[in-house]
Amino acid sequence: MSTAPISSTAIVPDRGRLNTRTNVITEFWRYRELLYFFAWRDIKVRYRQAVLGAAWAVIQPLLNMVVFAFIFGRLAHMPSNGIPYPLFSYCALVPWTYFSGTLGLASSSLTGNTSLLTKVYFPRILLPAGTVLAGLLDFGIATLLLIAMMIYYHIKVSWLMLLSPLAILLMIVLTLGAGMLMAAMSVKYRDIKYVLPFLIQLMLFATPIIYPSSVVPERFRPFLALNPIWGMVDCFRACLLPNQPFDFKLIGISVGVTFVVFAAGLYYFRKSEKTFADII
Amino acid sequence: MSAAIQIDKVCKKYQIGHVNPTLREHITNVMTLKFLKKKSEEDVMWALKDVSLSIQHGETVGIIGRNGAGKSTLLKVLSKITYPTSGTTRVEGRVISLLEVGTGFHDELTGRENIFLNGSILGMPKKEVRRQMEAIIDYSGVEQFIDTPIKRYSSGMRLRLGFAVAAHLDPDILIVDEVLAVGDAQFQKKCLDTIRKLRESARTILFVSHNLAVVENLCERCVWIDQGQVQMDGESGAVIRDYQESAREHKAVTVELDSTTGRRGTGKIRFNGLEFLSPDGMSQKIIRAGDPVVMRFHYTATDTVEFPSFGFKMYTESGVLVTETSTSHHSIYIPAIEPGVGYLDLNITSLNLLAARFTISLWVTDQTGATVHDNVENAVIVEVEPANLYNSNWFADSRFGIVYFPQKWDLSGIPAVENPTAKLPPPQLEPLPK
Repeated sequence: MSTAPISSTAIVPDRGRLNTRTNVITEFWRYRELLYFFAWRDIKVRYRQAVLGAAWAVIQPLLNMVVFAFIFGRLAHMPSNGIPYPLFSYCALVPWTYFSGTLGLASSSLTGNTSLLTKVYFPRILLPAGTVLAGLLDFGIATLLLIAMMIYYHIKVSWLMLLSPLAILLMIVLTLGAGMLMAAMSVKYRDIKYVLPFLIQLMLFATPIIYPSSVVPERFRPFLALNPIWGMVDCFRACLLPNQPFDFKLIGISVGVTFVVFAAGLYYFRKSEKTFADII
Repeated sequence: MSAAIQIDKVCKKYQIGHVNPTLREHITNVMTLKFLKKKSEEDVMWALKDVSLSIQHGETVGIIGRNGAGKSTLLKVLSKITYPTSGTTRVEGRVISLLEVGTGFHDELTGRENIFLNGSILGMPKKEVRRQMEAIIDYSGVEQFIDTPIKRYSSGMRLRLGFAVAAHLDPDILIVDEVLAVGDAQFQKKCLDTIRKLRESARTILFVSHNLAVVENLCERCVWIDQGQVQMDGESGAVIRDYQESAREHKAVTVELDSTTGRRGTGKIRFNGLEFLSPDGMSQKIIRAGDPVVMRFHYTATDTVEFPSFGFKMYTESGVLVTETSTSHHSIYIPAIEPGVGYLDLNITSLNLLAARFTISLWVTDQTGATVHDNVENAVIVEVEPANLYNSNWFADSRFGIVYFPQKWDLSGIPAVENPTAKLPPPQLEPLPK
């Protein structure tokens, strides 16, 4: 008749608990090809019928940098920790552009794939994760320009640069954590779609991206530490640019907040994913 | 051996009414302590209620039921798309769910790219897709456009491409929802062939369809779901027949004619009912094309009637006379009918009408037809249900005429036919609007 069963899958009711039967990591591994395909689809689709194609990955942070360099660097004479202002701001704008752009896309990764969610099973986490993965291409292209600028401004190579993969990892963890949270929430609350762009814009100014953290008054610094984006941005600067002030304690808190965001995002996502198909 | 699919007391509850509260509503609910109130039972819809099923390895099971009966919800629970409110299901083996053809297709991607994406979504490893690529493209029949973005495809091409991917999956258990509702005849034939092939290789198949002919042909076993519950589970033919009967339950097949007005005649003898029976005398709830039928004409006589002649005419809905027959046509002479009640039976060996609606007019006259005792025009409307007339799963209806003849094709005159008994599945037609 039939061969021996290969696997046995039990489907148990959702009691609002975490789905413990299916382990996130093993499932993630089993479906890694699909993760790659989702990312590949995002990349393929993003620049189809766009004349400038992947150049957009550079144009956006570059134009931001030019505007900020003019307004803050030239007109306002914003201090920049002894680094030429364009490089100083661009170095932070690269991870920021990745974070803000990817978060926006990740938040709609579930609501934009309704037919997939209601018609086929796969670990739901692959959708925001795929977006996060796909964003890395743009990030890489924007980074090439950053390297070019560092050469142009004669930035010396230092051992600290070897730590930059850790900064990138931090950026991915933060983006994925926030992305899962926003994606899962927007299934239930479409309000996220309206709130998020506004929040992202606010965060650009609330975070020392276009200005150094040194301009933030001492007494506000602890609040700054609660902002995980600050930790991400300052880690990038500390790794890539010479002689950057680095407050281990406060940035440590900020990095800790990043992992809290990730854990919260993962928890909320796993908790609500069973009802996605019912309420989307 | 354990079952391929084991469903145990599965319930699925949906909240209706306030499905998707906004953040603002959530906040106001919290502020007004509304969330403490118990949700009223009226807002709850049970899509599945205590469904238990056990499907063995290698079985092909059809699932039928009206729209909204819970068929698709059941498949979704089995496919892990939605979770049961209570109860458990256990599935053994690699499950492929085809709830839609071409799930996850992206308009901007080419046919080839979508094969990769769709295959991957359905759980086919990339290596496997690559290995089968040529076969899939070949099967889909869209080679010419395979490197064109599918937004330029017609809906038929899209379907064919989607099914081509699905056809090259290798599941232990296949769950299919209404794929046959879409696509042209050729596409549907391909679908059925593929499903049949899987069945022959002893895969477990769960098949939802409104096309009862296909279900009857494909599945030995059939489960009828109604209002979220298993109404009947058993041999396909029996389940389908009962299901069809239930659909017609409210239609009277015994027609009372006592109160019918607008009749003419002396009234000495009058029809007071027309009944449709099966040959064993049981009242028949539905009349299917090709069934043996007994028409029973009930009368009441108030006076002695000599040499009456009973007859009827049958018309199509558009007024074409299908047949007219009477006792005198058979040279049957009834000397006299005394006052009282009685009936006449007309035995029809095989009702060789195709599925359609027919109108019947009745009359009783004297021998010559000069005196009309009772004449009821358009007395009864009969609905003949489609049936598997030629044992070919071709459910013929009024598009193929009014009547059919008991018939047989003989291919022995064609020299090169190797296997004259080979049957192709019929083209599937959209059901006629009622």
